[in-house]
Formats: sequence, structure tokens, C-alpha cells
Amino acid sequence: MTALIIFICLVMLGIIVVQISRVREISAAMRGEEQASINSTNRNGLGLLVFMVVFLVGTVVSALYYKDSMLGYGPWESSSAHGGLIDSGIAITLFFTGIVFVATHILLFWFAYRYRKTKSPKADFISHDNKLEVIWTLIPAVVMTGLVVSGLDAWNTIMADVPDEAVIGQDYIEIEATGYQFAWDLRYPGADHLIGTKNFRMISATNPLGQDWTDAKNHDDIMPSEVVLPVGVPVRVRITSKDVLHNFYLPHFRVKMDAVPGMPTYFVFTPIVTTDSMRSRLSQYPDYQVPSDPEDPKSVPRWKAFNYELACAELCGTGHNSMRRIVRIVEKADYNVWLSEQPSVYLSTIRNTDDDPYKGQVVAAELALQKVELNTAMVNAMSAVDSVDRVVRLKNISYETGSANLTAVSSYELSNVVEILQQYPGIRVEIAGHTDNTGDPQSNMALSEARAQSVANYLTSNGISNSRFTAVKGYGSNREAASNDTEEGRAENRRTEFIVELPNKEEVPQQVL
Amino acid sequence: MSSVITRPQNEQAFIEEDGYEDHFHDHHHGDKYQSNFVTTYIFSMDHKMIAKQFLITGMFWAVIGAAMSLVFRLQLGFPAGDISWLEPFLGKWITISSSGVGSLSTEFYYAMVTMHGTILVFFVLTAGLSGTFSNLLIPLQVGARDMASPLLNMLSYWFFFLAGAVMFASLFLSTGPFSGGWTAYPPLSALPQASTGSAAGMTLWLVSLTLFVVSVLLGGINYVTTVLNLRTKGMSMWRLPLTIWAFFVTAIIGILSFPVLVSGFLLLMFDRGMGTSFYLSEIFIGGQALDHVGGSPLLYQHLFWFLGHPEVYIIVLPAMGIVSEVLAVNARKPIFGYKAMVYSILAIAFLSFIVWAHHMFMSGVNPFISNFFVIFTLIIAVPSAVKVFNWISTLYRGSIRFNSASLFAIGFVSMFISGGLTGIWLGNSSIDIQLHDTYFVVAHFHIVMGVAAFFGMYAGVYHWFPKMYGRFMNETLGQIHFWGTIISAYAIFWPMHYLGMAGVPRRYYSFANFDFTSQFGAMNAFITVAAFVAFSFQILMIVNFFYSMYKGKKMTTRNPYNATTLEWTTPIEGIHGNWPGKIPSVHRWAYDYGKFGEDAISQYVPVSEAEAEADKELVH
Repeated sequence: MTALIIFICLVMLGIIVVQISRVREISAAMRGEEQASINSTNRNGLGLLVFMVVFLVGTVVSALYYKDSMLGYGPWESSSAHGGLIDSGIAITLFFTGIVFVATHILLFWFAYRYRKTKSPKADFISHDNKLEVIWTLIPAVVMTGLVVSGLDAWNTIMADVPDEAVIGQDYIEIEATGYQFAWDLRYPGADHLIGTKNFRMISATNPLGQDWTDAKNHDDIMPSEVVLPVGVPVRVRITSKDVLHNFYLPHFRVKMDAVPGMPTYFVFTPIVTTDSMRSRLSQYPDYQVPSDPEDPKSVPRWKAFNYELACAELCGTGHNSMRRIVRIVEKADYNVWLSEQPSVYLSTIRNTDDDPYKGQVVAAELALQKVELNTAMVNAMSAVDSVDRVVRLKNISYETGSANLTAVSSYELSNVVEILQQYPGIRVEIAGHTDNTGDPQSNMALSEARAQSVANYLTSNGISNSRFTAVKGYGSNREAASNDTEEGRAENRRTEFIVELPNKEEVPQQVL
Repeated sequence: MSSVITRPQNEQAFIEEDGYEDHFHDHHHGDKYQSNFVTTYIFSMDHKMIAKQFLITGMFWAVIGAAMSLVFRLQLGFPAGDISWLEPFLGKWITISSSGVGSLSTEFYYAMVTMHGTILVFFVLTAGLSGTFSNLLIPLQVGARDMASPLLNMLSYWFFFLAGAVMFASLFLSTGPFSGGWTAYPPLSALPQASTGSAAGMTLWLVSLTLFVVSVLLGGINYVTTVLNLRTKGMSMWRLPLTIWAFFVTAIIGILSFPVLVSGFLLLMFDRGMGTSFYLSEIFIGGQALDHVGGSPLLYQHLFWFLGHPEVYIIVLPAMGIVSEVLAVNARKPIFGYKAMVYSILAIAFLSFIVWAHHMFMSGVNPFISNFFVIFTLIIAVPSAVKVFNWISTLYRGSIRFNSASLFAIGFVSMFISGGLTGIWLGNSSIDIQLHDTYFVVAHFHIVMGVAAFFGMYAGVYHWFPKMYGRFMNETLGQIHFWGTIISAYAIFWPMHYLGMAGVPRRYYSFANFDFTSQFGAMNAFITVAAFVAFSFQILMIVNFFYSMYKGKKMTTRNPYNATTLEWTTPIEGIHGNWPGKIPSVHRWAYDYGKFGEDAISQYVPVSEAEAEADKELVH
């Protein structure tokens, strides 16, 4: 009903305007066309002049008002190494186009006002002036040449791929972003710094990118939910799409590139401002002191809640505006820690399932991971004070059923143990064998001791002195690590452990990795 | 000073004496072309009637297209606002939440954005602008009885009508009209799985635009042929008014570029329906991997923009021609640098074909290739600048009459400057990295080819309305229309520059998901209000148009503006064949305003010996 009333009011208003206009035309005719036209000319001429002033002042004032969201200024300063080139290009272009904008508008409206028709009309017959034409062809041509040269110089610098001699993982890192309706999948190479191959026909519920698991490069690849990048390190983003066009857009870093199905694209950039330093920079601006959630006055201020963002900038369907990922720029050391904490997709979700082409076989990435894990566990045990924390389980050794004979695959873990013991010659360990509670406790005791002895024998035959062992013992099922009521618990109890003797202080390693 | 100009006493008698005899005989009781209602008003072959058909159809589409923009602006400006009152019109496209708040569905938002672009670019600013004024003015200003082929000309309109009918039908599909953006990039446009609008809506979109291209080509061939072959005696190319130069070059651009678009569409149809893979490769969508491999979406973009870029000049060149003419007539001065204006039109037309990839800097094309496109793109600024300086110089030392037409022409120059300058930003690929696909682009092209082209069109409508309907439009309403439009148009589009520089991407249904886009609620609300204000002023113009058609002040003299061009030598009531007897011969260029103290000298007036003598002194 209100809508109807508003509509009727608008229609009435329209009718009134039309009627008044009619009357004006008629009264103008009565007053005399001549005078009416002079009055109208004066009014419009003045109007154009006033419009010019208001418009030009308005553009400048509004630009100043919004300066904090303009490129290259204050909070919007670029956070990438190349961004400054773009921002200064914009500043130079703004300078030249600004001059032309103001000058031509002043001339246009001033001439319109100044040369409006008067009572004694007089127009000069000026048809052309070739000299003027040449001048105002040459001046824009020269300015354009300058803008083209500087612009292309920046463009070719920014768009250059990583140099041929650059070493991946050392001089730069490569990550992959895959757009789909409606999110980004992110993929990082693991320790090998190489992203594995993928094939869109292999995409499935468990394999969202279609990674080819027979490619060893895939085995350590990770898929984090955020873009985390080390500050100061060039990153080459490989950009692809699974379905329609998307665009990998990092507004704060001046990065934008289409994601094209079937044709990988790339963008190389170097983040130069960490998320933390960006936040402290933003804290200087009043705009960022307001609560981050306008609904909740108690929420943290905007600068504290600030995050760099990844968006989509190519229309891709109904969810186009929701393809957000947080981007975090961190110090290099923090990046390495973060990276080491990310689980490999293959090892955490595919390994030894039916999708795994290497099911039941040894995989290099897994061995590498086991080595890192063992190393970490040993180093942690060495630095631990409490005796319970000095226990390290040898997770990846196994024995033939009912026997103390080590399986062939155990040699990977044991050779890692040899390496570690040689690396830290000062430490000594007890080798402890355990079983579950099934079967005869006597024979369990004997088996556990025989198994511990097998490990000891392996180590001594590989150059570790007997003196490094404080004891080689079997505990049978006396020391439960888990309940023996379930199969999982019993499996957990069948184990071989090191108990690391507290070493001398100077032998404690400083850093875990 | 006694005038050196010898003016014929009686215009009509002089034309009968001096004019060109083409043995045209007007049938006083109607002729085979317009003997009854159907042949006069519907399947008319008279260029003046066809022009009116193009104009009124264009106006219909302009209202639809603009109304669509209001619908999606409501969503952007007032995302939390209740628009359940639109449910009677939009039905299921309005989703009502449990608390009774109606909002626009995402699918329909994108459908509206897409249709707004398609309709405005093709149906309004191509057909409505170039179709109207090329048809109306080419025969009248070159001194021809009609178009070279009135039949093809009629077909041109009816193919346009058919294209419109198909597009209109697509609005009512249950899956909605096409919603993948007016550029219709595959794979989004190729795969119904990717978007509901890419189902039947896209099929109709392709059919409609293919019909539209047929219309443009039929019209274009006619315009070019008429300008080249049917100019009256004495009307050399260098004596053509700038309107005709603009329409002529526009038609050539259209003929050369639209077929490329159709080829792109054809391949897209194959990909959609026949299992080919021109644009598709390695796609996993809707839970399955498609068989398509080996194609490239970039191929479509190349084909599309090979039309798409010239298209913006197809839109803006006619407006430039109209503005040149209207400014000269109302400043009572020759257009400054007539030849420079012609050469700059030709330069712009040539360059328009070698800059298309500047729409594709960030599409994954080899960055090296972009170097060439940057160079050619920024070169366009030079002829464009020449045109602006010439328009401004035309006003210098003139005696300017402010009426609706000339105000819109001045407004056009302002818009063209404002929007053209930001083209220098976007054409520079390094700057485009950041600004591409943001609101900065939206601001740029709306000002330079949307608002500016509309201003040119309005200047033309107000100026030549008497030639179409024998009456004048209401001046007061026209001036209210001008002031309301220029202020509200800048209010809509100027703030979008700031949005774009803040990185806000275009074609977002909501700005709430991102921190960097969510801070401009007040600005978006302001833009939406300005859009509604602008729209209401356009309604005022339409009211004025139809009101004046029947009740406007009558035209009492043939040449109310005291203009020089030939259309003002025809009878007030437009007749088939345009001139009752002979066609006037032409003896001079179109811009003898203020020459030797004469206010205006029409093109049919011969150059006397005295004037020829005086001319020699004038030049040096």
C-alpha cells in the first residue's frame, strides 16, 4: 500500500513538472521569444559555470576524502615488491590525466559560458588552424610515449617468469592455486619443493585435484586452507582451474591472473610486508580503530582483525563473490615451522588405502617423514627431564610373527637410528621390548627380550658399540602403553622402545631441526 | 560590409532550377512503399520511418535495461533491504527469508547484470543510436531519396526486432536468462552445469545476438552503399557533414567486426551442442570429468574482443558525429578542424581493430604480446584528444545557443573527457594488473561509452525531433532532463573510481565476504539512490518525447535552427523520397556558419564569384 502511495505521489510529481514546463513554454512565447531565450541562455551558461566549479571541487575533495583507500597511499601501500611499480605508474598517470581533466573542463565550460549567445550575436568564422592541430597532436603523442615506455618497462619487469638459473626451493618457492566453483584449492610442494603432476580425470572425492599418486613428487604435497608465505621470498604461483574461468586476485599485493582450465598460468611476486607489520601499520589510521564487527562494539579493532585476502576476479557463477582465502605473510622461520606441521595429503589420506598405488610398498616420502619424526622424537627425548618423556618408540620396525627376526622393512628405521646415534655420540639408550597380554607371560617375556636383542644386534653389526646400551631388556606385557582389551590397544602394546639416558648438558642439541 | 553571398530568393524554386533531376516521381496518393497502414508504419521501407522504429524500440529496451540495473543496484546498495514488493514482478527470483525479508536471488542478480550489459550495448547503443540516426540522417544529409536498398533496410529493422523478441522471451525461461556476463566467456557460457543461465537462456542469447548481427550487417551495407553511391550532385566526401562521416565509418567497422563475433558464437554453439572442444579443455564439473580436451577459452576471448573493442567505437562514433554537428549548429561556427576530425575518426577506426587484447592483459595471454596492444591502445588517446580540443575550439568565440541538444552535446564532451582519460590508466597493462575487473573499469566504460553515448543520442533526439515528427520537444523539460542527468550520472559513476582503486571487484553479488570490499556500504547506497534519481529523469524524457510527438510546439519553418545541411531543405511533413521535386545540388561544405557575417549558408547555395574572391583572402 505504501508502495502504491509513493508511486502515485511520484506520478503526480511528474505531472506537475510536465504541466509547469508547458506553462513556461507558453508564457515564454507571450513574453516574447527573444527575451525568454536570452534569459534562458544566461541561466544555462551560469549553470554550466557553477557545475564546472562544483564538479571539479567535488572530484578533488572526494578524492582527498577517499585517499586512504587509494592505491599507493597509506593503508593501501603495496605489500609486494613489484606493487610499487604499479602504484607509481598510477600516480604518474593520475598526474598527467588530472592536468588534462581540469584544464579541458575549465576551457569547455568557460568557453560555453563566455561565448553564450548575447543580444547582438556574433560568431567568428574560424574553420581550422593546422599549426594548432599539429601542436595538440604532438603533445598528447609525447605524453603517451612517456606513459607507454614507463608502463611497459614496469609490465615486463613484473610479468617476467623466474629466471632460468634460479633454483626452486632456494631462490624462490612455487605453490599452486586451483580455482573451482566456488573456492580455491591451494597446494604446496613438500620437502622436494616440486609440485606433483595432476590429471583432471583422476579427480575424485578423496583426490580433489586429481593428483597422480604414482608421481613421487605428489607424495609430500600439502593442501593448506590458507595461503601462508615467507616474507621476502619470491613466490611463483601456478594458477589453474578445474571448471570455468577464475582469477587469482591478491588486491594488497597487486597480483591478478586468470585461472584457465587446461592452460596453467602463473604470477611471480615477492611479499614484503608481514601480516603482523601490516596490522601495526594499519593501527596508525583512525579508520582502522573502529570495531571490526560493526554490530559488536566490543569486537577487536579493525587493524587487529586485518588479514590479507585472496579473491576471485573473473565472473565464475553465483558464488563468485565468496571465493575467499586468508593470506598470511610470516617470517621465514615461522614459515618453515608452519610448513613442517602441514600433513602431506598423500600420507595422511591416501597412503595404504585402495587409492594408493604403493599400498604395502615402501614410499620415499613416507621414509623421509619417518626419519624426521624419529629424529624429532629422539631430540625431544634427549632434552626431556622427566623419565617418561625420554621414551622413544621405534614405530616403524616389525618382526616376523611369533619370532624375533626383524622384517626387511625395519632396516629403514634402524639405519636412521644408527645415523642418529652416530650423530650424538654422547647419548646412551636402553632397548626395551614389549608384548601384549595374549599368550603365555613366560614366553612373552622371552620373546620381548629376544626382540630387543635383535635390535641391539642390528645396531652393533652396523657399527654402534655395545657400550651405548644401558640395557637390552624384555618386559613382556608388564608395561602397558594402552589397554589390552582392544585390538588397537594390543597392537600398541607390541612395541620396541628406546629409553634415552639423560645426557650431559653440552650434548643437548640447540635446535630440533 | 555588403555581403558577398548571393542567396537564392526562394529555396524551393532554386532547388527546382539548380537541383539534380533523378526522374523521381512521387505518387501523391501514396505509392507502393506506403499505401496502407502496414506498409507505412510496420513493414515500412522509408528510411525515416525505419529510423523512428529503431528509436522507439531502442527506448523500449533502454527502459528495460535501465530498470534491470535498478534491481541489481538495490541489492548492492541495500543488501539487507526488503524487496519482497518486487515479488509480483519477479516471482521466484525473489527469495523470501523466514523473517519475511525478500532479497534478490543470486542467479537472477547475475542474469540482470548480464542482460543489462547485453541490452544496453547491443540493443540500445548500437541499434537505438546508430540504427536511428544513420537511417534518419544519411539519406537526408547526403541528398538521397532513400537508402540504397529500402528492402534490406526494412529487413535490418525486423531482424533487430526478432533479435529483441528472442531475448525478451529468454527473460521468462524457468532457468532464467543467460547470467554469465555480457561477454559470455566460456566455459561458464558453454556448460549448463556451470550456471543455470547457461542452459536455455544461453541458447536464446546466442540466437538473439546472431539475428542482431544480421540486422547490423544489412543496415551497415546499406549505410556504406548509400554514402558512397547516392550522394547528390556536388556532395563530395569532403563536403559530408561529420555525422555522415561518423555513420559511414561506424558501418564499415561493424561490417568488418561483427562477422568475427558470429564465428566465435558459432564455435560456442558447436561446443555447447555438438561435442566439439574449441573452447573447452580439462574440465571437471558437476562431479564428472568432461571429454573435452585441447580447446582454449582464450580463443573465444580473442574472437569476442575482435568485435568487442571496435564495438565501443561503433557506439561512440555516431555520438561523436552527432555532437560535432549539434555543437557547430548551436555555436554558429564551423566545426573546428573539419579535416582533422575526419582523419581522427579514420585513425580511431583503424586503431580500434588492433587493440582488442587490452581486454585480455590478465587472461593468461603471453605478457610479451601485451606490449603491442598497450602501444596501440594508448595511441588512440591522440586522435581522441584531437577531437576533444576541436570541440572545445568550436565553442571558442562562438555565439552559443543553449538548448537541450547543445547542452547534451557539451555534456558529452565532458563525459568523453572524464571517461576517456581513465582509458589511459586501463590501457597501460601494468596499471591494469590492479584495476582490471574492478569497479574502476565499470566507472570508465559507463562514463565513456554509456553515459557519453547516451548524451550524444539525446543531443540527436532533441535536435532532430522536429525532422522526425514536425514538432519540437518541450525545452524546459529537456533542460531539466539535462541537468538532472549530468549531475546524477556523475554521482553514480564517479565514486566507482574510488571503489575500483580500493580493489573492489566488479560483478560481486555481495561485498560482505571480504574485508577489503566491505567498507563501502554508504558509498554503494549513495550510488543506488543516484541511479534511481537518474532513472526518473530519463522517464521524464520519455514523457516529453511522447507528449511532444502529439502536443509539442509545431515546426513552422523548414529550417528552424538556421542550419546548413540538406535535411533542413526538405518539407516539414516528411515525404517519401524526401524532396518533392529535384534533389538539391551541393556547392559547399556543411559548416559555413558565420562566414562573411552571414549567420549560416546552406549547402545548396552556390558560391558566387565575389565569394570565391573573398575566400582567397580569408584563407590567407
